[in-house]
Amino acid sequence: MCHKIRHPRYWLILPFKMAGLEIISDQGYRIDGRRSSELRKVCARMGVFTQADGSAYIEQGNTKALATVYGPHEVRKGRGKIQHDRAVVNCQFSMATFSTGERKSRPKGDRRSQEMSMHLRQTFEAVIVTELFPRSQIDIYVQILQADGGNYCACVNAATLAVIDAGIPMKDYVCACTAGFIQDSPLLDISYVEESAGAPFLTVAMMPKSEQIVLLEMNSRLHADNMEKVLDLATQGCKDVFAVLDRHVRDHVSESHALMTAS
Amino acid sequence: MLKSKTFVKKTRKGGVLKVVREHYLRDDIWCGSAACGQCPQDKPVLESDPEIDSSLCGFPHYLIPDTNVVLHQMDVLADSAIRNVIVLQTVQQEVRHRSGTTYQRLRDQSNNPDKNFYVFTNEHHRETYTEREQGESSNDYNDRVIRIATRWYNKHLQENRKDGEAPKVKVVLLTNDRENREKAQKEGLLAYTVHQYVKSLTGNPELVDRLAQVDMGESTDSDIKNEATGRVLFPEHLPLSQLQTGIKSGRFLQGSFMASRENYLEANVLVHGDESRSIFIQGHAHLNRSVNEDAVAVEMLPEDQWKCPSSMVLQDKDGDEETSEPDLGSPKVRSNAIPSGRVVGVIKRNWRPYCGVLQPSGIKEATRHLFMPAERKIPKIRIETRQAETLQGQRIVVSIDGWPRNSRYPKGHFVRKLGEVGDKDTENEVLLLEHDVPHQPFSQAVLNCLPSTPWGITKEDLACRQDLRDLPICSVDPPGCTDIDDALHYLEKPNGNVEVGVHIADVTHFIRPNTPLDQEAANRGNTVYLCDKRIDMVPELLSSNICSLRGKEERFAFSCIWEMTKNAEIVATRFCKSVICSKAAMTYAEAQMRIDDKNRNDAVTFGLRGLNALAKILKKRRIDAGALTLASIEVRFHVDSETHDPIDLETKELRETNSMVEEFMLLANISVAKKILSDFPSCAMLRRHPQPPPSNYDILIKAGKSKGVDIETDTSKSLAVSLDQATIPSEPYFNTLLRIISTRCMMQALYFCSGTLPESDFFHYGLATPIYTHFTSPIRRYSDIIVHRLLAVSINADKSFPDLLDKYKSQALCNNLNFRHKMAQYAGRASVELHTQLFFKNKVTEEEGFVLFVRKNAVQVLIPKFGFEGTIFLKSQDGRGEDSPFVFNEEESSQTAGEVKLRMFDRVVVQITVETSHIQHQKLRIRLVKPEVPGFSVPPVEASDKISQPPVKKVKT
Repeated sequence: MCHKIRHPRYWLILPFKMAGLEIISDQGYRIDGRRSSELRKVCARMGVFTQADGSAYIEQGNTKALATVYGPHEVRKGRGKIQHDRAVVNCQFSMATFSTGERKSRPKGDRRSQEMSMHLRQTFEAVIVTELFPRSQIDIYVQILQADGGNYCACVNAATLAVIDAGIPMKDYVCACTAGFIQDSPLLDISYVEESAGAPFLTVAMMPKSEQIVLLEMNSRLHADNMEKVLDLATQGCKDVFAVLDRHVRDHVSESHALMTAS
Repeated sequence: MLKSKTFVKKTRKGGVLKVVREHYLRDDIWCGSAACGQCPQDKPVLESDPEIDSSLCGFPHYLIPDTNVVLHQMDVLADSAIRNVIVLQTVQQEVRHRSGTTYQRLRDQSNNPDKNFYVFTNEHHRETYTEREQGESSNDYNDRVIRIATRWYNKHLQENRKDGEAPKVKVVLLTNDRENREKAQKEGLLAYTVHQYVKSLTGNPELVDRLAQVDMGESTDSDIKNEATGRVLFPEHLPLSQLQTGIKSGRFLQGSFMASRENYLEANVLVHGDESRSIFIQGHAHLNRSVNEDAVAVEMLPEDQWKCPSSMVLQDKDGDEETSEPDLGSPKVRSNAIPSGRVVGVIKRNWRPYCGVLQPSGIKEATRHLFMPAERKIPKIRIETRQAETLQGQRIVVSIDGWPRNSRYPKGHFVRKLGEVGDKDTENEVLLLEHDVPHQPFSQAVLNCLPSTPWGITKEDLACRQDLRDLPICSVDPPGCTDIDDALHYLEKPNGNVEVGVHIADVTHFIRPNTPLDQEAANRGNTVYLCDKRIDMVPELLSSNICSLRGKEERFAFSCIWEMTKNAEIVATRFCKSVICSKAAMTYAEAQMRIDDKNRNDAVTFGLRGLNALAKILKKRRIDAGALTLASIEVRFHVDSETHDPIDLETKELRETNSMVEEFMLLANISVAKKILSDFPSCAMLRRHPQPPPSNYDILIKAGKSKGVDIETDTSKSLAVSLDQATIPSEPYFNTLLRIISTRCMMQALYFCSGTLPESDFFHYGLATPIYTHFTSPIRRYSDIIVHRLLAVSINADKSFPDLLDKYKSQALCNNLNFRHKMAQYAGRASVELHTQLFFKNKVTEEEGFVLFVRKNAVQVLIPKFGFEGTIFLKSQDGRGEDSPFVFNEEESSQTAGEVKLRMFDRVVVQITVETSHIQHQKLRIRLVKPEVPGFSVPPVEASDKISQPPVKKVKT
């Protein structure tokens, strides 16, 4: 399914031409050629590392994320964190220095990463059946290798695959997707250029089968009349993501199964 | 799911930033042609059998114009004869980068179903996308992309014909770039220049005139002297990249070019971002082909070359190609020199189509003509037309195409004709076009939004509104007013206080957000009042019937009700939607009569007296706070009921009742402003009036000094006080003149969205109030509609909607409203001017006037009776007139001729005639009668009557 990544050719366009990008054309095409309710291309691989208990890599357009899962294992640091009735989920989010246009060293403890880690932890505490592993800990490490909008979504989707790869029981998949409201139309899965247009957008993480929302975040004000349209679109987006992830999981399982029976 | 086939990256590199973007290619973009049997499209835009008579292409064909053709020949493309055009995305995007207005016009064309313009998203189409080659320039790449798309279309239409029988439609590429054309022809494509193609259109010969004359490349003979001699008249414009770096480094300044109305060789450039800063530009070479309102880059001149405005009135008189530049400068007066500069390049042209007339040409069969725009700030334009004969004496519209370095005038082309010069409808049309006033009849979509008639109030309406039908409400307006949007009431309360209500027509009940009606009103912005015509913002059914608070009829209103003490201190304010029934709709004079008539004691009259008493207190308080009373003369024409020609005119009278209504409207506006700002701190629509920079007052202070009066301008309060004190008993008109001058020192009041400015800037200088808005005239101003909606949301009477609470959209709307407001004012003034001209036609009148300004070669005279200002030229325009008896004294700004000295505020008698010798450009001519200057002034009417008789008769026949 995945295409070979071609080496891009860089060329020069004068910066002032950037002024006032048309996010969506009259013909209904976005800057990258998608229509308003289309996702970017999703590619995923599970079990990319053998050391970890579970791992996965995902590409959503140019946003690329890598997730690894360790555990459940006994609580190592900070015995105080131990929960007697369930497992503790520990998440750590980071961005590679080379993930954005400008190379920037990003200490793991910066505010935005901490917030992102917290959101991830809340998301996965809600979905993983933690009661099955009392007094233990599950670690989820996610790194953004390339950032092009929708970082949180890529992390959630990668982590879901990694958790599945680790064989940790979940209530349902958790899929995430963004939807923005730009130039009076709702747009699904917005990219970095579209994010930078400064318009409001929603980030939704949900369990696609039950349609329960696990996390909902909005970055700026959006009129209540438009909320429903945007949320509906994001919901549809999460379901579309689910369809892709589910197919990957099934492919991965049947492949591994074939390997095992062959050997 | 997604149909992304290939996956390519597009990058941008500027500075150190690198952006990687995805670029999806699709196979679900259809060709848009009805002749295609393959693409599964619902409504093909392009006709299956496009008909146009062309001797060059004698087969059905679609057109593909390249970017330059769209940019320069939009007038041809916009013609109804040109249909079935494929606009490539590449072309559309490039046009968008290069010219916003052309892009907008192109979009209008593609949205017009009659034009059959199809936008083909070629860059995302799997088969028409191509990557840029190594070392290929962006222009070459775009040309290649266009050729690829053309080839694809040809192939696609040939292979996928509907059931084999449909006629073969071909695609014709229009490009004026020779290289591109040759390459295309080599590849077997049909490619022509626009000129070739348009000339081949046998059915539409008139289109040739609309061709723009820019970079024809293979231009034919040129009979222009300068082109022949190859003389270069203007310095080169620097390329954009150099301008960008220059502006960044501070060597150049970016600003908008504002040509002077009085002197065609002078202009000011208002520096962007620093509104108070302006740079003076003088002379042909320094102006360097800039046209009014262009965005230009300016280089400052060294201080020793700074100039001062020549205080001369100069019009571009004869169309000779010589650049004889009149002696403007008196650079001797160093003290008066102001920061000057020269234009080094144009960042963005802001050309629009201009109205005007053809200047008669000496040679009969000439095809090159000069066009004189009606707007004096615009230079003459050289156009080429074969129909000059029929265009003589007609008002026409012309667009500028370009301004080569070797041409004294910009080059342009004819767009359309409007009608005969001097005809009132034509002239009205001209002034509406010139001021960009939308004046088409309302479309069916808009009219569909109107309530059905007969309209009545239902029970449901009453349930959600307060019933105020029993209150003694009345309205007071100017005579003949049919759009009554405000009414008042006054009641005494048992506790000794009084209740005062302002009731405003509830227009927003009928104009719902985002309906076609709403959009149309938002675009129009306000109702434009011309002397004989009103261009409504909303259809007449609303403006003069359902929304108009007519007497003795039940109407919806938005009420603002105060409880006040008898000293006009507000105790409580409330707002509500209501139903009212006005007891009387009066004129100012009628209301005044009721107040004065001791025998009348009904509730309405009683209320009027109460209101009047309160208004006086309010007014005094406002003036004590520093509100300004400025003057301008407004005139009103009595119009002949049949010919609609003005037969008489009067200046508007002000009565006590005028200011009574005004006081309460101000109060309502202020109360509403406070309320909406507290509820919507970031998106309230308010109105501000900035304090003018001190230098604006120079002229006023100077004027005062000439009569020994000191004018203080530190605050609005001190200005108001010193204006009040500036009276000279022997010259009763002096004070009014001063107020007229101070009006001109003021800044424009502006609408703005509260979230975009710091609170300290909300101030309204003229009214001396910290906050202000417009609430009281929703029938004729769109701002009031927005304010009504905000207020309705804040009292829970209505729902909010997204655009209302979006401060960026709100600010964008404000910008439009400000523009429309300004244009409506200008149009109104221009209409008065036009009527004045019609009024003086075939007449010689003598009238009293006052000198308002003294210039180097002229004096400007205000004639209070007619409220207009005219110029008396004292010297010939080149400024070297030795024949003139007048000597100019710059220090005290006076003109002396022998015994006679003309100074500011001097009373003169002038003779007014319409200059008919020059039928192309009729204008009022003012000549001095008194004081008599031998050899210059004209004798009084009795004598001159006979002289002016013959030409008058000529005009009549």
